Amino acid sequence: MSTELFVQYLFAGITYGSIYAIVAIGFNIIYNTTGIINFAQGEFVMLGGMIAISLLSFLPLPAAIALAVLLTMIIGALIEIIFIRWLKNPSVLRMIIITIGISILTREAAVHIWGENIRALPYFVGNEITTIGIMGARISPQVLWVVGVCGVMVAVLHLFFRTTSVGREMRACAANRLATILCGINPRNMVTFSFVLSAGMGALAGCVMSPITYSQYDMGTGLAIKGFTVAILGGLGNSGGAVAAGLLLGIIEAFSVSVVPLAFQDAIAITILLLILFVRPHGIFGSGEAARLKAF
Amino acid sequence: MKRILAILPLLAAVVLVQLLTTWTGTQFYLTQMTMAAYYSLLIIGLCVLMGYAGQISLGHAGFFAIGGYLSAALTTRSLVPFKEAALVRLLDSCGLLHAGKDLYGAELLVVTPWAAAVFAVLVAALIAVAIGIPVLKLKGHYLAMATLGFGIIIYRLVLATPWFGEADGISGVPPFHLFSGVTVSGESSVRIMNYYLAWGVLLSGLVLLINLMQSRIGRALRAIHGSEEAADAMGVNIARFKLQTFVLSAVFAAIAGVLLTHYNGGIGPSEAGVMKSVRYVAIVAVGGMAHLWGAMFMGVLLNFLSLRGVFGSYDDAVFGLILIVIMLFAPDGILSLLAGRKKKAATVQPVQQDGEA
Repeated sequence: MSTELFVQYLFAGITYGSIYAIVAIGFNIIYNTTGIINFAQGEFVMLGGMIAISLLSFLPLPAAIALAVLLTMIIGALIEIIFIRWLKNPSVLRMIIITIGISILTREAAVHIWGENIRALPYFVGNEITTIGIMGARISPQVLWVVGVCGVMVAVLHLFFRTTSVGREMRACAANRLATILCGINPRNMVTFSFVLSAGMGALAGCVMSPITYSQYDMGTGLAIKGFTVAILGGLGNSGGAVAAGLLLGIIEAFSVSVVPLAFQDAIAITILLLILFVRPHGIFGSGEAARLKAF
Repeated sequence: MKRILAILPLLAAVVLVQLLTTWTGTQFYLTQMTMAAYYSLLIIGLCVLMGYAGQISLGHAGFFAIGGYLSAALTTRSLVPFKEAALVRLLDSCGLLHAGKDLYGAELLVVTPWAAAVFAVLVAALIAVAIGIPVLKLKGHYLAMATLGFGIIIYRLVLATPWFGEADGISGVPPFHLFSGVTVSGESSVRIMNYYLAWGVLLSGLVLLINLMQSRIGRALRAIHGSEEAADAMGVNIARFKLQTFVLSAVFAAIAGVLLTHYNGGIGPSEAGVMKSVRYVAIVAVGGMAHLWGAMFMGVLLNFLSLRGVFGSYDDAVFGLILIVIMLFAPDGILSLLAGRKKKAATVQPVQQDGEA
């Protein structure tokens, strides 16, 4: 394999990998405050892209994206308030089925609003044939947008959890729910916040990836599976691990194209997921000790 | 025995439906009733896995597809090009192959439906064992995601394999001559016979499962559902019982797949899709998880309505909505709402039976 081809595959892998990492971090945020895996996580990415495309006919691109992210955050909050907030100690099976139901309803709403067509936002800079040369490979500037925005999101999120009081309260809620209540923090609000936060992150990722990967009503399930694979691979709840695992999965997928047919690309991620679940359910980067506290 | 006798009113209802449709000249309803019965066969199998053993599976459409696709491919794809291969000659000498002519008069050599069906169900069972051993060690979200992943892999394989017809699926599947005079086929001349056949299969499955749940196995499964640790401490071999139930439900799904594929004369990739698996889970949930009668009743009702096209383009949305509403307001199934009223009346009595809140 020539250097150019190698760099080309590498960038493709990093692009997809950073999106998987964002979806995985979305899983982690909600998992940390609630212990729930939100099967509708991929739908936030779809909604972000789709809403931004619709808003583009009235608004300039940056405003359309900002409003799309805001609307998706509101949808995230509504989903939590309507379906989850008032349940008392729901069983895991019940929560799984409810979030699957939410994901189906969101998808069906999307297909009735936007139809089955594949849509895309325009490229942020230039158009589909604009490229920049890196080590002999030709890369679209949008790739740098995706990687850059995802990188900034991870950094801002890190600062948010370390420095702001809401971020600290959310972490406290993840560590010990009862102690949080005793400190006068309402954990229910923190759960709503976590839905808002992961909806917003998903929506922004959905907007920046839309020019390259396109948006379609049924893209959510595939993204959710891959995001979950990455979340598990990186150790559930561990956002640093999610970034590393996301890039790893993206790069493996990108290079797999030269070995297996494209149709089987999704099967690779799922096979990795199954292998990881069977062999090392606490992930490559997670600690086995912490994993013993979780219910596999 | 009492529980088995409860089948009799149902049998009467099955006969009544047939007579009613004959009198009113609406026999076309029987076609959907037949299909709904086959889907319900899968659903009662899944009900035992989810309700009694407490293990979720979001990949049961995968087992249905393994059954349906294997028997469809084996009974339609001609083996003429491989006529000289040792395996094909061996099968031929065992009488498992069927020679004929296709639509254009070309020579055709396919596996007989019986051999294909047995092979398909065996493969489904073997895959269930291979998948079940590692997957059933997982719980909760992990089990859900792993079975979902299995379902998606089957869907992708079906879509990407020319032998399985890719996006077109397989059509022209021949009728299945079960034994003399009884044929699984969608032709209107044998519609009534197929209706009784499907319901016979479904009710036999139901009786089998009801008996099984009253036995040592059923009690062991309920113990596992209550608390795996406690069941383990009482000497229940958790891994074995969970695996047996998983394989049993996979076999039910595969048999449903084989029979429905011969009945429809074909199968398409949507049968392997994730939405199908979710739909089966939804129906089991509506029926009340550990409630075989509820699962069967809801399976027939909802599949019949869906097949009649009552929900229109909102078909999937309806099942998503059902799933959410049931899980939010009646996690023990629709029938529990009726029973719930009785229970409330009962709690007025001074003596509390158990510590249940």
